[in-house]
Order: sequence, then C-alpha cells, then structure tokens
Amino acid sequence: MAHGQHANDAHSEHHIIPFGVYMKVFSALIALTVITVLAARVDFGAFGAAVAFGIATVKAVLVLAYFMHLKYDNMLNRVIIASGVFFLIVFYFFCIVDEITRIVEKNTL
Amino acid sequence: MSSADQHAHGTGHHYAHHFESAEHEYSSSKQGIWVFLCTEILMFGGLFVGYAVFHHMYPLLFKAGSTFVDWRMGAANTVVLLTSSLTMALGIYYAQKRDAAKSGLMLLITIACGAIFMVIKYFEYSHKIHLGLLPGSWFHGSLDVTFADGTVQRVENLPLYFSFYYMMTGLHGIHVLIGMSLIFWAWLRVRKNEFGPHYYTPVEGVGLFWHLVDLVWIYLFPLLYLVS
Repeated sequence: MAHGQHANDAHSEHHIIPFGVYMKVFSALIALTVITVLAARVDFGAFGAAVAFGIATVKAVLVLAYFMHLKYDNMLNRVIIASGVFFLIVFYFFCIVDEITRIVEKNTL
Repeated sequence: MSSADQHAHGTGHHYAHHFESAEHEYSSSKQGIWVFLCTEILMFGGLFVGYAVFHHMYPLLFKAGSTFVDWRMGAANTVVLLTSSLTMALGIYYAQKRDAAKSGLMLLITIACGAIFMVIKYFEYSHKIHLGLLPGSWFHGSLDVTFADGTVQRVENLPLYFSFYYMMTGLHGIHVLIGMSLIFWAWLRVRKNEFGPHYYTPVEGVGLFWHLVDLVWIYLFPLLYLVS
C-alpha cells in the first residue's frame, strides 16, 4: 500500500478532466451507438455477435477510462475491476466449452 | 454566513481519525466502491453467461424472442443513459470546481434521464404484459411467432426468452431506481455546499455506481435488441 506516499500529498488537488474531453467522449459514445445499430443491419454471419460485443467493449473502455476516471486512478482499482472481468471470462469459457462439447441426439428446436 | 463560507471552501469535512489523511480516506472509500462494482459485474455476469449458454442451445428461441423487442426503444434508452452518464460526470466535475449550482443542476438532469429511461421501460413492459408475454409459467400469450421473413412458426419454449428478458432488464431497472435515489441523496448534499476540490467522495462514489449501470446497458442493448 502507498499510504506513506499519500500522506505527503494530502493537500494536492485531484486531476480534473477538462470539460472538452467529457464532450468528446460523449460524442464518441453516441457515434459508436449509431455504428452498433448500423452494424446490426449488415450480415456478418457468425461474427455478428462478436462485432456487436467488440463495439460495446470500446464503449465500455471509454466509460471506464474517462467517466469513471480510471485513466487517472491508481493501479489497484484497475486491477480490482480487471479481476472481475477476468473471472467472468473464466466462468463464460468453461460454461460454453461444456455446452459445445455435449453430444445432443436431437435438439428440441 | 461564516459557516456557509467555511463549507464553500471545502473545509466542512474532516477525515475520520482512522485515516492518515483526507487523500487516504478518499482513495480507501473509492477502492471500496470498486470492489463493490466488481461484485456487481459478477452478479450481472451470471445472467449474461446463462443467456449465452441458452442462446447456444436454442438459437431459434432467441431469434423468435427478438421479434418482440423494438430496437428503437432500446436505442432511445441507450442515448438517454449515455446522456445521463455525461451529466453525472459533469456533476462531479462541477463539484470538483466548487460550483454547487451547476453540480446540482447536472445531478438533477441525471435523475431526470433515469426517470425517462424507466418511463420508456414501462411502455415496453406494459406492451408485453398486455400480450401475455410473461416469464416462465406466467406466460399466457401466443407461442406462434411471426419471424422477420414473414414465416410463422410455433416456438414451444418462448417463455424462457422472457425469463431472461425480464430478469436482465428488471435487475438493471432496479439498479437504475437505486442509482436515482443515491444521486438524489448526493444532490441534497451538493445543495448544502458540502463539496469542493478536496472533498467530493460521495458524488464520486454514486457516480461510479451510475456509470456501472450505464456499462451494463451498453452490453444489454446489442444483446437483447440487435443480435438475433
């Protein structure tokens, strides 16, 4: 922990993200929403979901980095949130591997 | 008057005795919020993984279910929530700049956006409830689904789709309502001029929660409204 370090800059002011940066991030988020809707009309075949989730992830990173200030935050908070995402991927991975390796004689639909 | 001046200069708050400094208190509080947000991701994650597994098992079911949702409603709600995230961030920005009037206004706009989101959600829900499209055993609508290409097909396990739909949007909706209440609490404190560049932890914490609600919707929107 970096307690000693914090004690020294106890009176330092936090980084304030400029107003213009917030507006740019917001514009990018709206533009990406439009792209998400337009991309859904294009047939990417099996990659349709991947494209939609890819765009959603770019939006999520923008929100995390700027609106949630992670870009200017300490490493520990980034590790905390990354660990949540990591274990979600582990959870997803094993569930989906289980599902796709099952032998089903006849699907109900 | 002197006490108002004191608050206006951000000296109204003194950090608790078990912290070394105000900065230590701020970073510890924020770390607690991030740990909580981590558990939130895992809670919503369970629903997302369940959705993925069942989507793989019954692709036709989810294609059928998606014919009952209107992407324009989802897109409108996406824009509303993104706007609310911007105003939430600006609420913190003005709190950091010790501008209580603008900070309060931004928080009120954020609450209003949350209310608009819930109203749109209400119209979506009431339409589905009217058609009997309810989760699981409460379902009493028609199992015959008209697909995008005009073909009509009977989908026996259609109620399962609505179990996912209501659980995912419902849990998210509860978060929106809780978030609105928390922002209202922050607004009450902004009105009392409690915040400044050295102390704005409650607005920051509530803001982080609100942005997480937005993050979940960023994934729910393409998942429920666009991918079929």
